[in-house]
Amino acid sequence: MRTPSKANDVAADAGGGPEFPVGDPSAPDPCIQIRDLNAWYGDIHALCDVGFEIGHGEVLALIGPSGCGKTTLLRCLNRLNDAVEDARVTGEVTLDGQNIYSGSVDPVALRARVGMVFQKPNPFPKSIYDNVAYGARIHGLASDRAELDEIVHTSLERVGLLKEVRARLDEPGTDLSGGQQQRLCIARTIAVDPEVILMDEPCSALDPIATAKIEDLIDELSAEYVIVIVTHSMQQAARVSNRVAYMNQGQLVEVGETDRIFTNPLHKLTEDYITGRIG
Amino acid sequence: MNRVVESRLRRRHRRERTFRGLCVASVLVAALFLLVILGSLFRQGASAFTQTRISLPVPAMLPAGDLPDSGAMDYDAAVLDALAALLAIDPDRAERRELRQLVSIDAAFVLRDYVESSPGRVVSDASVRVPASAKVDMAIKGEFDRTAASDRRPLSDLQIDWIDRLVELGAIERTFNTALFTNGDSREPELAGIRAALMGSVLMLLITLAVAFPIGVAAAVYLEEFAPRRAWIRLLELSINNLAAVPSIVFGLLGLVVLIDWLGMPRSAPLVGGLVLALLTLPVIVISSRSAIRAVPTSIREASLGLGASRMQVVSHHVLPQAMPAIVTGTIIGLSRAFGETAPLLMIGMVAFIVDVPSGVTDPATALPVQIYLWADSPERAFAERTSAAILVLLGFLLSMNLLAAAIRRKVEK
Repeated sequence: MRTPSKANDVAADAGGGPEFPVGDPSAPDPCIQIRDLNAWYGDIHALCDVGFEIGHGEVLALIGPSGCGKTTLLRCLNRLNDAVEDARVTGEVTLDGQNIYSGSVDPVALRARVGMVFQKPNPFPKSIYDNVAYGARIHGLASDRAELDEIVHTSLERVGLLKEVRARLDEPGTDLSGGQQQRLCIARTIAVDPEVILMDEPCSALDPIATAKIEDLIDELSAEYVIVIVTHSMQQAARVSNRVAYMNQGQLVEVGETDRIFTNPLHKLTEDYITGRIG
Repeated sequence: MNRVVESRLRRRHRRERTFRGLCVASVLVAALFLLVILGSLFRQGASAFTQTRISLPVPAMLPAGDLPDSGAMDYDAAVLDALAALLAIDPDRAERRELRQLVSIDAAFVLRDYVESSPGRVVSDASVRVPASAKVDMAIKGEFDRTAASDRRPLSDLQIDWIDRLVELGAIERTFNTALFTNGDSREPELAGIRAALMGSVLMLLITLAVAFPIGVAAAVYLEEFAPRRAWIRLLELSINNLAAVPSIVFGLLGLVVLIDWLGMPRSAPLVGGLVLALLTLPVIVISSRSAIRAVPTSIREASLGLGASRMQVVSHHVLPQAMPAIVTGTIIGLSRAFGETAPLLMIGMVAFIVDVPSGVTDPATALPVQIYLWADSPERAFAERTSAAILVLLGFLLSMNLLAAAIRRKVEK
């Protein structure tokens, strides 16, 4: 069920064809396929008939004005909206061909495959070591202390945090600086060895230097993980992603190669947004 | 600056000063009340921590040489003989009766204990300190007017004369009142103590804690983390909040009907008292635990959900550990309230004259606040000071509970 008024408004504004999205919604080697995804918070229709694919080896940037449903879409990909009381999701999201909303999929197991990094760094109020080890512990990834040490060290190494914190693994993760905390959260996520990492504006609370470090890190991680990143910064989307999805008022407006979107947007809404006329 | 703004600014500053002055005055008034209460308690109660004793020379009481078989001794008479010898009088029967009123009935037992523990023979210069009667205690502590007409004071002229003589002889001393802490209740003020009541209170609190803490925290976790936002849950929350305001005597009635009448639990038992107080404390614990759980940031829950933790793991690994300091504080506040509660205990028969220290949760017992109520009701002058002393002990207990709460909080927060 869609809210017709909203959809019509957007279509009317666009002045183009009624069919969304424009661009290239399919990926050659799809990892995540989204079909007819709708989401509601109570009476608010937050996502409206979203459908596109995210390929293996891809960094997809979700852009769009505030409240357009980027974060909702992201949270649909690891079923984190299940935890929200009045949220309702219909449609289909498949991960490697399996519908994650089918009854047979356990959201707990799903979230081990689809990790998430949040807008505000949110390390646990535990030691740095325990922060990284937590996911591995609850999923039983390490059979002994040495293996756990190994996981913790590799994860910290991969986010470039190991040399900064090697001597103080027992200190609280909350004592680190904002950028370090965010890298700790990324280390915590990759310690579980997911296939997909969802990032919800991971740099919005960080200074430019910390942001640059995270962006470099996303580049490195993209070799191994599918990354979906929500960002408000067009420059960041241009720097880190190879595909961009532009959303507006709960609808997916345009998807395509990053270079193409920024140089030659097909939809008027996309063009308005990236040139700074809306948003 | 604009004149309007300037004149308004002056008025705003004046108002601010008035407001601050009122706040300071309120704090001062509150502090004054506290000082008055504590001051009067100390003034009345401090003397109860000492007890007047009369030291009697042993040779005057006991025949020299081998002690007789302790079972055959008339210790009562021996104490009176010693007093008479000390005062150098030869009392007739009426005087002996008056003399007997100077010492506590416990004096004979003290003497017997001395005889039974001494190694067979009496040391010639030994003396035994026996507790003075409450009347003498009051006289020594200056608690009544000696110049009043003789029928308006508890001691006769003769007895006052004897007391003065004993003081001159140096036979009277004031020592720390250990009986107050080692004895149960007694009809004789000088022998009455709070140990039985304190023990009853401690046993009850343990039961209250064991019952109310797990149930309260689990209920709070369910309501905050798992319960759907449905009408009946709202109703439940409303009822719990209301329960916190229900007069405590109602819980006592509930205990009487359900626990004693239906379930056949013993009357006056700490078990029943503890369960009733648990009911009383439960809403406080649920409410404080809920707000503690609510104060844990959502970002922590989402972080751990995002890593693939189950709802239960989120609660047990992150939410509860973070909420625990506030939960513990809330629990201890609830327990302090339960500790000072009297009314519900009246309903379940805990207002009783209990001499023996309870050794288990089903033994008859009373509680410290109830003991205070009982003593406050007693006509003897000497019980008045003991009432204040017991209140001081109660306050000390509450203070240490709150300090404990603060200490636990600081430790867990680290």
